[in-house]
Amino acid sequence: MAIVQTRGLTKVFREGQVGAVVGVDLESREGEFLVLLGPSGSGKTTLLRMIAGLEEPTSGEILIGGEVVNDMTPKERGIAMVFQSYALYPHLTVLGNIVFPLKAHKMRREAREKKAQWAADLLGIGHLLGRRPRELSGGERQRVALARAIVREPSVFLLDEPLSNLDAKLRASAREELEQFQRRVATTMIYVTHDQVEAMAMGDRVVVMNHGKVRQIGTPAEVYDDPADTFVATFLGSPPMNLVQADGVTIGFRPEHFLPAGSEAAGSPSTLSLPFRLDHEEYLGSERILYGRIEGGRFGGAKVVSRLPSTFHPDTTSGGLLPFQVERLKLKFFDRESGARREPVAIE
Amino acid sequence: MAMGRRTRRTLTTAARWGTLAAFSAALSFPFYWMLITTFKRTSDLYNLKNNPFLFHEPPTLEHLRLLFRETLFPRWLWNTAVAGVCVVAITLLLALPAAYALARLSGRWGARLGIAMFLTYLVPPTLLFIPLSRVVAALGLQDTIWSVVVVYPSFTIPFSTWLLMGFFKSIPRELEDAALVDGLTRFQTFRRLIVPVSLSGILTVVIFSFTLVTQEFVYALTFISSAAHQTVGVGVPIYLIRGDVYYWGSLMAACLIASLPIGAVYNLFLDRFIAGFTFGSVK
Amino acid sequence: MLAPAILYVLALVGVPFLLAFVYALGDVKVGSTDYHFVGLANFASVLKSPAFQRALRNSIVFTVCSQLLVLVFGNILALVLKDAFRGRRLVRFLILLPWVAPVSIGSIGWKWILDSLYSVINWVLVRLHLANEFSPPMWLGEPTLAMISVILVHTWHVLPFATVILLAGWTAIPKDIPEACAVDGAGYFRTLFQITLPMLRPIINVALLFGIVFTFTDMTVIYILTRGGPYDTTQVLPSLAFFTGILGSDLAEGAAISIFLLPLLVLVAWRMLRTAHRAEVG
Repeated sequence: MAIVQTRGLTKVFREGQVGAVVGVDLESREGEFLVLLGPSGSGKTTLLRMIAGLEEPTSGEILIGGEVVNDMTPKERGIAMVFQSYALYPHLTVLGNIVFPLKAHKMRREAREKKAQWAADLLGIGHLLGRRPRELSGGERQRVALARAIVREPSVFLLDEPLSNLDAKLRASAREELEQFQRRVATTMIYVTHDQVEAMAMGDRVVVMNHGKVRQIGTPAEVYDDPADTFVATFLGSPPMNLVQADGVTIGFRPEHFLPAGSEAAGSPSTLSLPFRLDHEEYLGSERILYGRIEGGRFGGAKVVSRLPSTFHPDTTSGGLLPFQVERLKLKFFDRESGARREPVAIE
Repeated sequence: MAMGRRTRRTLTTAARWGTLAAFSAALSFPFYWMLITTFKRTSDLYNLKNNPFLFHEPPTLEHLRLLFRETLFPRWLWNTAVAGVCVVAITLLLALPAAYALARLSGRWGARLGIAMFLTYLVPPTLLFIPLSRVVAALGLQDTIWSVVVVYPSFTIPFSTWLLMGFFKSIPRELEDAALVDGLTRFQTFRRLIVPVSLSGILTVVIFSFTLVTQEFVYALTFISSAAHQTVGVGVPIYLIRGDVYYWGSLMAACLIASLPIGAVYNLFLDRFIAGFTFGSVK
Repeated sequence: MLAPAILYVLALVGVPFLLAFVYALGDVKVGSTDYHFVGLANFASVLKSPAFQRALRNSIVFTVCSQLLVLVFGNILALVLKDAFRGRRLVRFLILLPWVAPVSIGSIGWKWILDSLYSVINWVLVRLHLANEFSPPMWLGEPTLAMISVILVHTWHVLPFATVILLAGWTAIPKDIPEACAVDGAGYFRTLFQITLPMLRPIINVALLFGIVFTFTDMTVIYILTRGGPYDTTQVLPSLAFFTGILGSDLAEGAAISIFLLPLLVLVAWRMLRTAHRAEVG
């Protein structure tokens, strides 16, 4: 087990290539599940590949277990990686795939067979050892890829969007399996994804990236409840945070905090009342999403969204104009120019 | 680790460029040598004391003049062009409809017939040249350029059909259905939709059939016995030699002229041509 | 729509193919119209003739040696050509020339390079003190050297073709695979011999099958460089069939010799069908 650190890690590509990384400082914790989250082209995969040793940094340092590994081959770094495509060797059996890293490290035959059996049992694929990758389902392939990674007992696991090739149904169960696996092996894992649900569900901490830069590092609750800037605020959450402009600041609030004004709390100093002109709604079974604009006042005309339990029935008799409100404590304030968080300002 | 990453990368790059340079030099050397020989004076060429890589006397166009004025070389070029055009025409005329029919044959039979067609392309001239020489004689075509015009399509058609079949198959059926719904007849659909869409495939077939006429050696050597009726592929290596005397200067000039243009054009279409050979075993 | 193409091919491949057997089983000569069925007599006499035995041996040596060289060189070339680099188009053109230029013409170029008196190779060898100035190697005049020469020239001719096929295979290997090998700790040669080359087996098969057909049944290089000489030491089955059946006017025996090409062709066709079938299924 080891801690992965990067110091000012930068990768510059030739013009036209996406995925550059700019001055990333990162430090994982012992045995942590660290998720790199960002849209495609944000540099998260490049960052992972530099840690793996598949991509050479333009500048900066990578440390694994306190040792600078910039000049080491992937082999010498003691890492294992699960690829997006799983990269299973198509001409080898499952067993052949799992023992391959052990062979490469010159482990003796009996020892490596035993080790492979252990890894296969850990992932519950003992019965598949004689099959070839193309005879396996997507979920089974993922487990083989994990077995091939765990079999060497690496100090760090790197995973590059391992769930993106699975269909939606399988993805949920595979995610759960992966979580259990991480708890069992308790090894540091660095996991790349563009899917915020995966990031929130699995990560001990989430690193949100955009344009090659780290925008925020924190627990899922921190990055969701306390976004460091407007990018993080809108990238996480679906539908994204409402952003409205006033007095040179950007004010944000989550759709689930934008609620119909209750009779007792109305006009209380702890809430901000916002008349909501409903445009249209989506009924999603368990919840209801309302789309519309704020009517009048300093935020007048701003497009906003509200997320409510589906038991709420909007009253459309008044031409769709509804009394809505946000608790003042839920408001987030951002600098209008830079988008970064700032101290709250008083608003009416 | 003994070597730094940078050192290793430098070594890899050096090895790669070294390999590339060695192979390019070895594989293209004969053509370079043709070029040198073409412009060297005979006295320079045959002086054993001279470094053969250098010009010791001024370059000359004499070999080229000799080639075009005093040999049958222009005639061979003309023969090849005529035969090439005819073979291309016959091939397209027969292979286009066949390929279209095979591509649209439902079920496995289309593919199987296609492969059977392709396999006949592999039947080598050296297996058939003896009986074919009698067939050619029976048709009264021996010792004329028309003998090869008739025979070459027997392997350009199979290969072209196979190649075009692949192209036609990649055209979505809906596109054709849409044209039919829009009121075009089957033939109009073929002429106005299928042919333009697969133009690059058709061009590949044209190039392939034409170059084959320049490249084929065994049949032309077998069926045509007078120098004047030869194609360039046999004329140059066999009939440019007077008795036992090789006029290397003119010979190499002829080689250069006959190979480079064909090579350059063929090169452009080689990838599509190769795709026909891999049976989709590369995805 | 299929019929004209099929009829054309049947008339010019199917009919002569059958005729080849008719000739081989009879006693046809050029200029006579009689035909007597002689059964397998032609095959028996061919099999007994030392010229045939030597040609068969030469054909095998010629095919095996050149295909081995082609596989090794073809993979090396595909490996260095697969990634993009500056000047790749030019390098590719130079490397492809031997295949795209007419083979008879390339061969005559080599005949000049290997000339007994003015060989540029010998000039270099003499200057490097690797050969004697007064008795330089007779590339095409000495049996072993002549065999080596025709093998190398033929390899030169078919190498680009194999390279392009292999290149298609190499570029189809996902980038992930060698990267996974690197992460798994495999070195260059382990990755090459245990992962990438085995993955390429189907495409190597295709390249090899075509290579075998194009080599075993071809006589162009040999006809131009040596005419099967010196003393039939580079005579192969196709060239022997040509000299016997066409120049020697013994159609029956020539046809019989040609038919000995058939078993190999059938074998190759069968393997090819299997490859095609697999590609269809998997």
